[in-house]
Amino acid sequence: MSTIVMPVPDAEVIERKDQIVAALCAALPAETVISDAFETRAYECDALTAYRCPPLAVVLPRTTEEVAIALKICHDMGVNVVPRGAGTSLAGGSLPTADSVIIGTARLRDTLEIDYDNRFIRVQTGVTNLSVTGTVEEDGFFYAPDPSSQLACAIAGNIAMNSGGAHCLKYGVTTNNLLGVRMVLVTGEIVTLGGAHMDAPGLDLLGVICGSEGQLAIVTEATLRILPKPEGARPVMIGFDDAEVAGDCVARIIKSGVLPVAIEYMDRPCIRVVENYAKAGYPLCEALLIVEVEGSEAEIADQLDRITALAEPLGPVEIRVSKSAEESAAIWKGRKSAFGAMGQINDYMCLDGTVPVSALQFTLKRIGELAIEHQMEVANVFHAGDGNMHPLILFDANKPGDLERAEAFGAAILGVCVDVGGCLTGEHGVGIEKRDLMIRQFSPDDLEAQMQVKDVFDPHWILNPAKVFPLAASAARRQRQH
Amino acid sequence: MTAPLTPDSEDALCDVVRAAAAAATPLRIVGGGTRSGIGRPVAAATPVSTAGLSGVTLYEPGAMTLIAKAGTPLAEIEALLATERQYLAFEPMDHRPLLGSNGTPTVGGVVSANVSGPRRLRAGACRDFLLGLRFVDGHGRLVKNGGRVMKNVTGLDLGKLLCGAYGTLGIVTEVALKTLPRPERAATLVFDGLTDAQAVALFCKALGTPFEVSGAAFVDGRALLRIEGLTDQVGYRIDRLTQLLERPDRTVIKGADHTRLWDDVRDVRTFADSTGSVWRLSVKATDAPAITSALQQSLGAQTVLDWGGGLIWARLPQDAPAAAGAHIRQILAPLGGHATLIRAGADLRAETDVFQPEPAPLAGLSAGLRARFDPQNILNPGLMAV
Repeated sequence: MSTIVMPVPDAEVIERKDQIVAALCAALPAETVISDAFETRAYECDALTAYRCPPLAVVLPRTTEEVAIALKICHDMGVNVVPRGAGTSLAGGSLPTADSVIIGTARLRDTLEIDYDNRFIRVQTGVTNLSVTGTVEEDGFFYAPDPSSQLACAIAGNIAMNSGGAHCLKYGVTTNNLLGVRMVLVTGEIVTLGGAHMDAPGLDLLGVICGSEGQLAIVTEATLRILPKPEGARPVMIGFDDAEVAGDCVARIIKSGVLPVAIEYMDRPCIRVVENYAKAGYPLCEALLIVEVEGSEAEIADQLDRITALAEPLGPVEIRVSKSAEESAAIWKGRKSAFGAMGQINDYMCLDGTVPVSALQFTLKRIGELAIEHQMEVANVFHAGDGNMHPLILFDANKPGDLERAEAFGAAILGVCVDVGGCLTGEHGVGIEKRDLMIRQFSPDDLEAQMQVKDVFDPHWILNPAKVFPLAASAARRQRQH
Repeated sequence: MTAPLTPDSEDALCDVVRAAAAAATPLRIVGGGTRSGIGRPVAAATPVSTAGLSGVTLYEPGAMTLIAKAGTPLAEIEALLATERQYLAFEPMDHRPLLGSNGTPTVGGVVSANVSGPRRLRAGACRDFLLGLRFVDGHGRLVKNGGRVMKNVTGLDLGKLLCGAYGTLGIVTEVALKTLPRPERAATLVFDGLTDAQAVALFCKALGTPFEVSGAAFVDGRALLRIEGLTDQVGYRIDRLTQLLERPDRTVIKGADHTRLWDDVRDVRTFADSTGSVWRLSVKATDAPAITSALQQSLGAQTVLDWGGGLIWARLPQDAPAAAGAHIRQILAPLGGHATLIRAGADLRAETDVFQPEPAPLAGLSAGLRARFDPQNILNPGLMAV
């Protein structure tokens, strides 16, 4: 058994399943409602697969209006709703409970408007992150946030988790690229926030919707900023035999005035696994940086010259500047296969605490010490430019007690991240995974202020309850719902 | 005027707010006072100043992070960043020339009003650079949100709510901002003799290129396109843009004149030392020509465009009717976007919706948030919404 507890499902709601399903089927087309116990199993978990529970029913509406109908029925019948995009959350953000109805965006897949003059695209939120870029790239544009799961993850989930990616050092995360939404409130009311203009008329409600993990509303349409594609991009790979020097190199690059689009970091355990798997030709050293810059050929050459000039005096074991598309692909190949390579040899848990760039070295050192203390293995691969760590804790899911040990080690690492001035999660979200760790980062008053925002949007706490906020802190609010 | 209360610590400020909440005494929150003319007048309130909460508490150029107390003068921060060749990339506007106000802009005021400038177009607004903050809500509780790191999705993003809330949800006491390296070089392409429509068409074309145009404004019949970057980059981009836009007749401004040029755009200098009310309209860029044309014809407005057309500044003649605001919003209604009255006498601000009225469900959410964060309605009451 694992250590994250979910509330006991409401037996009274489960008993009313037929009635609830009948109400949904009466108001919605038959193919949008899934209630068969065999079929709902497909929705029992997201990418945090250690936790599973089939929902009461699943609704996959085809329009915003159908989302509104489904949500209003659940609201009126006192049934909890778990919003779901593509189900790729690593934090259990879309984990169902036995007494909940999933409302998913899987069938909301239309592109509604493309406007190159004003540089935005309006889509239904069930489209995948990568397909947004796919829609506009032939015309020379792209959508900047690029989470690793971009092939599968939906814009709905990107908005819920305020997703980032490797390139957010330059382009920002979802909240910086989201201009507007159409969304459904718990009452079934459909509202629009923002649009093609660049700021809010009053309170920035859009700002608090983004990253709210399905706690406030269900977003069905999004207006996203698209950008002209850069003329080109090339990376340089720099290996160091001292993690501290690598961290120093990152800070020097940032301070120098060159703003790379990405600075990625891999430590020795990660390099070893990746080399065995992808044969990317990485030097086996303590720390490997991949620094990518953009621009015209001359601009790229200028920036890479500056970066290598900063790195050389630090005594790197290797500097490899890409000179072609093939060489760029080879440098990125290992980094991009890191998670897959790790998955081949082990089960792993991926954390995403973020620390100040100045605390990277200390944090890495502490993670190493904690690994010895907890007798666990860990590999580090992360976005160094913005301090977003991704320690991969290796464990064996089939070995009793191993997941619990991994979770305990993970909690200790996130504690270090908070202690050095960082946070529990940089881009994955809190979900259930880090819910009860929130008290490490926030005071009761801090949490109360956040929960009262939920009170306003969702007075009965039916949207994605038992996520984000520590169970103890939200207990009274969740219990008063019926 | 009553001398403001000047608490010198967050704890002292909490005490002030708790006492005011208990007595239901309205508070008027004062930073440097340079933007106190924005919003509905706050009636008969005790002023509370952030002047006692001042100073940069952390600056790490290698981490692009600055933390400062709310009352810190913006100039002090900008001077400190300059020593490391960094800056606040959102280019906060100085409202003093436009509003004819005195005082010293503070970082707390910049955040509370989400003040940005021409570079908002490319770099983002103040809210996009706000990494975290601390504030005292209307209960007198100290709340922190966000943090000091570049990526943070831990819990709800209250920073965005507070940024631009003009103190109505809480009194900001400390902010963490992302800094960026200052561009090595900058230059501006100038195109004369264009109409609003021609200027916006030019902006759309230029902003659709990968040359990272960081300013696109149309002032006094001149369209301006700003290019910034590394030394070699700027020349290259100027050349490429000139070719692409097929406008060899453009002129180029750089050097000291260049800094002044964009400071003037940022601060809407064109409308300084003038009379009449000034509105700020946020719209879809390609809608701007139709809107400015309507404003000019029906209200005799003088207009300036920024953000490639997405931001319209409109000065109305002094004898414009009191209902001009309603008329402006009628022009916007079929198109989307919103209008805010930025400069006007207290009487006009008292009888006009200074901020765009929201549709009922959204107004309900905003009112609900204010009621939770400030149940006694003591923080700048009425400034944003009655």
